Amino acid sequence: MKNTSIKTVVAIGIGAALFFVLGRFVAIPSGVPNTNISLQYAVLGLLAAMYGPVAGGLIGFIGHTLIDLSWGGSPWWSWVIASAFVGVVVGLFAKKISLEEGNFGKKEVITFAIANVVANVVAWLGIAPVLDILIYAEPASKVFAQGAMAAVVNSLTAVIVGALLAAAYAKTIAKKGSLDKE
Amino acid sequence: MAATTVLNYLPRKSPVHALTGATKLAFFLLFTFASMVTYDTRVLLVLMVFSFAAFRLSRIRIREVRFMLVFMLVFLLLNNFFIYLFDPDQGTKIYGTRHVLLHIAGRYDVTSEQLFYMLNISLKYFVALPVAILFISATNPSEFAASLNKIGVPYRIGYAVSIALRYIPDIQRDYHNISQAQQARGVELGKKEKLVKRLKNSVSILLPLIMSSLARVDVISNAMELRGFGKHKKRTWYVERPFRKGDWIALGLGAALLAMSLIVTFWDGNRFYNPFV
Repeated sequence: MKNTSIKTVVAIGIGAALFFVLGRFVAIPSGVPNTNISLQYAVLGLLAAMYGPVAGGLIGFIGHTLIDLSWGGSPWWSWVIASAFVGVVVGLFAKKISLEEGNFGKKEVITFAIANVVANVVAWLGIAPVLDILIYAEPASKVFAQGAMAAVVNSLTAVIVGALLAAAYAKTIAKKGSLDKE
Repeated sequence: MAATTVLNYLPRKSPVHALTGATKLAFFLLFTFASMVTYDTRVLLVLMVFSFAAFRLSRIRIREVRFMLVFMLVFLLLNNFFIYLFDPDQGTKIYGTRHVLLHIAGRYDVTSEQLFYMLNISLKYFVALPVAILFISATNPSEFAASLNKIGVPYRIGYAVSIALRYIPDIQRDYHNISQAQQARGVELGKKEKLVKRLKNSVSILLPLIMSSLARVDVISNAMELRGFGKHKKRTWYVERPFRKGDWIALGLGAALLAMSLIVTFWDGNRFYNPFV
């Protein structure tokens, strides 16, 4: 039991570092000007599904805070909190997905996709813009337009890339009872 | 890209650098919270004086942090542009009056309320920026975990943050190597490919990166377990420094500025200073 908690601490650290590197240095054009595909949300979804809600939330929170700090401003808290929220919500579904056991069949793919879409839509269409209005008093139409954009792009990335990653990862794990007696 | 420039630490002999990391973290949080809450122009101007003074005191030259300044200015301009584009009457909604200075087209008038609102938004950036830059550039990254622990964050989380800072350069190098190797094999992430193909191609870079990172998690957590990490409720930090007089002064100043900005801002029950009424 002790070892799992150490592993969670390390997974949070490494996960936040991954989130940072992908969010800060990797820009894949999405086709819409000035909008990039945020691969970090695919990795966040995967790691949250593996390590649970606490790890997921902290990976999003620490990773996003470090990205904002490295650009040289104070963190944009409303979006940082939204990132943490995505990690927590996907992490809540972790038990249902049980990636660690190497099962990633149809049922798990659907659960994973639903978890990610719910998390991203609520985070970017609900939490981020509402906090933007409350904290920063920005115009509602602007923040909801930005949020809608982020919700669509991040959900798509998380579901497509995240599910492909999870499936590939599950294949590398030897399943229980996968050995046959000859 | 040089891996060491993640958080741009600039060592120097100055009163700001001499403060402990915990003080700088606490001051940064107090100060950014103060500048976040208030939209009162007078409070923002007072905060800006302190923020610029602290920057002068740190002996960090503007040339050294030019990158952050330029990035912030671009972000600021874009943000102001989008605010105007989406809602040219946000200022009127906030201040309640409408003084048209200039008519552009359709619903796009230039009103003095809108200009004042956007001036306040810009001021907020300029208030927060020097303190944020100082927090990043004048704090030794290895002091970061100790500081977090000192202001009350559980040490396991502090340790996770310091693992993140320690391994960002390594993971960045891994990413670079993997992506070069995959590009040599014809994996394309740029605009030449279709969007869905681009996403699929990114998996062929991400998967090796994640597998190697998970291997790292195993190695590091085993090493930490061997050294008895997490056995006790508390831990000490090699880089932790005792509080001096300057630390108490800085903390007092941070708390006073926050109190001042909260009191002045909410005195009349409104976050905004309204010169139009």
